[in-house]
Amino acid sequence: MSDNASPFAADARLQHNRRIAAHLARRYAAERRFKAVAVLSVVVSITVLAFLLVSMTWQGTGGFTRAELEVSFNPAQAGVTVDPAMFANGNGIKILKDAGLEEKLHAHVEQGYGPQVARQLAGSAWRGMAAELIADPALLVRTQSYSLPVTETLAAAMRGEGSPQLRNIADRLKATGVLGDRFDWGFLARSDATDSQEAGIWGALKGSLLTMLVTLALAFPVGVLSAVYLEEYAPKNRWTDVIEVSINNLAAVPSIIFGLLGLAVFLTIFPNYRSAPVIGGMTLALMTMPVIVISGRNAIKSVPPSIRNGALAIGASRIQVVFHHVLPLALPGILTGTIIGMARALGETAPLLMIGMRAFVATPPDGFTSPATVLPVQIFLWSDEISRGFVERTSAAIIVLLIFLLMMNGVAIYLRNRFERRW
Amino acid sequence: MQMADAIAHEETADPFADAGPAKMSARNVSIFYGDKQAIDDVSLDIHTQYVTAFIGPSGCGKSTFLRSLNRMNDTIASARVKGEILLDGEDIYRSRLDVVQLRARVGMVFQKPNPFPKSIYENIAYGPRIHGLASGKAELDQIVEKSLQRAGLWDEVKDRLGDSGTALSGGQQQRLCIARAIAVDPEVILMDEPCSALDPIATARIEELIDDLRGRYAIVIVTHSMQQAARVSQRTAFFHLGKMVEYDKTSEIFTNPREVRTKDYITGRYG
Repeated sequence: MSDNASPFAADARLQHNRRIAAHLARRYAAERRFKAVAVLSVVVSITVLAFLLVSMTWQGTGGFTRAELEVSFNPAQAGVTVDPAMFANGNGIKILKDAGLEEKLHAHVEQGYGPQVARQLAGSAWRGMAAELIADPALLVRTQSYSLPVTETLAAAMRGEGSPQLRNIADRLKATGVLGDRFDWGFLARSDATDSQEAGIWGALKGSLLTMLVTLALAFPVGVLSAVYLEEYAPKNRWTDVIEVSINNLAAVPSIIFGLLGLAVFLTIFPNYRSAPVIGGMTLALMTMPVIVISGRNAIKSVPPSIRNGALAIGASRIQVVFHHVLPLALPGILTGTIIGMARALGETAPLLMIGMRAFVATPPDGFTSPATVLPVQIFLWSDEISRGFVERTSAAIIVLLIFLLMMNGVAIYLRNRFERRW
Repeated sequence: MQMADAIAHEETADPFADAGPAKMSARNVSIFYGDKQAIDDVSLDIHTQYVTAFIGPSGCGKSTFLRSLNRMNDTIASARVKGEILLDGEDIYRSRLDVVQLRARVGMVFQKPNPFPKSIYENIAYGPRIHGLASGKAELDQIVEKSLQRAGLWDEVKDRLGDSGTALSGGQQQRLCIARAIAVDPEVILMDEPCSALDPIATARIEELIDDLRGRYAIVIVTHSMQQAARVSQRTAFFHLGKMVEYDKTSEIFTNPREVRTKDYITGRYG
């Protein structure tokens, strides 16, 4: 080229450079357009996310409160006479019920605020009071102010809905500060109920935790060992190709199909465990396992072969190479995949509907085999209710679920950053 | 050193007749990847206290042959070896010698330094630990120190044995890998272009180290650099297109090659 530079000189060179310059302007314009589109899409997604979070918080905060009535009450004066020593047996609630706490309390409220208000006292109001009395028996003979839950009818009247008569009463009580919305810690401690004011999320939360434990215990070892086998041991032949394609397909199967499988297989084998976390966990494990296998294989694949060769060359056996070198290096990737799979399982509703976890369960499950429901199913069930109280409870339950998912994703990010290695 | 030079300059019919019994011998070895033949009918002997260099153009099969000496080719599913490779008279492919045991006796250092992403101490201690060579912490410490000293790395790292092996410089990493290989006290050390990723100063240190180590081990080194082969080895085998063209004392190969192809290669006609 340098040999015959002279014929290409002067105006030919100038024209050549002009063409490049003209083209350059078009290239920069394309770059600017692309950047603008990218910024726009980021802005749109942030706006949508912000809208979702703000509206959810707006609606959901009401779900964490409930209407409560302030009542001053002295059990002894009202005629409830109980020997506190008997609480030691552990059946204090029953003792107080037999002593007539419920009736006496209702009579007391009727005396103070009239029969219409007494009728709107929540069915479980006396139970909350009984728990306080058992915790501190000195209250049995003392006048104390209690915050008692009311029915959702009165709660609605307080917000200006329902019969005008009740609305008048509610307004009067609210004006004197006796009736009002109070923050409701109990929402996180109670279970499902027919009255939104008495409903809580703990039963579903505990059901979710138990189900996730079963899922993790089944899907993690099976998934990781499958990934190790397929990457490190399996010969590359038609059979392993079939297995690989099947696992990839399994990850894409709609979740309700897994529910049908759980219904047809697991509930046929264990008919007594309908609605139980153990069956739910097994069903979700089927769904999560392919995700763990795929992410595990990718993590194992990304461990450089030089590490394997180095270990093999000083006489490590294959299993030592896997457990001493490959798995520790692949672990962050495997854990990230696992947590993302688990987060997906945590938010799963459809397969659990199929195996009966949509039942109305008013007590938290006390084990892996007792009937339970899970957070997303609880949200689904509450969203079917028409009363305004449940609309707020639904939003509150969604917030609880989202916080859980965010926590799991946070742990995944932490693990990835904590154990990530470079070489 | 002097003795080796004396041997290297002697003229005999079998150039290695007085080197004693061979540590490793290849007998009519052919290696295939699937249908493709990478090595064709190679026979050679390797002796303790000598550095044997394999030279030849890229793709001539010298690395493949090196990897067959401690069965690292086993990790490649399609690789097949014909003929025999003897270690102390025992065929490593067909005898009851376990591959794990073989690799403890025939160590390997790779082209790119590949320390484990663990501490310097753990890099060295790993081999002795999995082979059960140390009966306690004190003995393991001793092996680690001795190996690092032999690899000429002890003075540079003795105060930071807990640091990651990957934090060292390239030349230090390669010496760490050599220390890792000698920590299990092998009989043969295979080196696959150990200096190709290093700068000239680090290369010179590795070459010195190879010369220091040859008193204890049989060393086989694959190299692209003919100067390196001339500097560090006593024997050189020239490979071309899967065949071993010539195997002789290094001085003979570089001053008086028997084959035209060898002469063309070392004078830079191709390669």
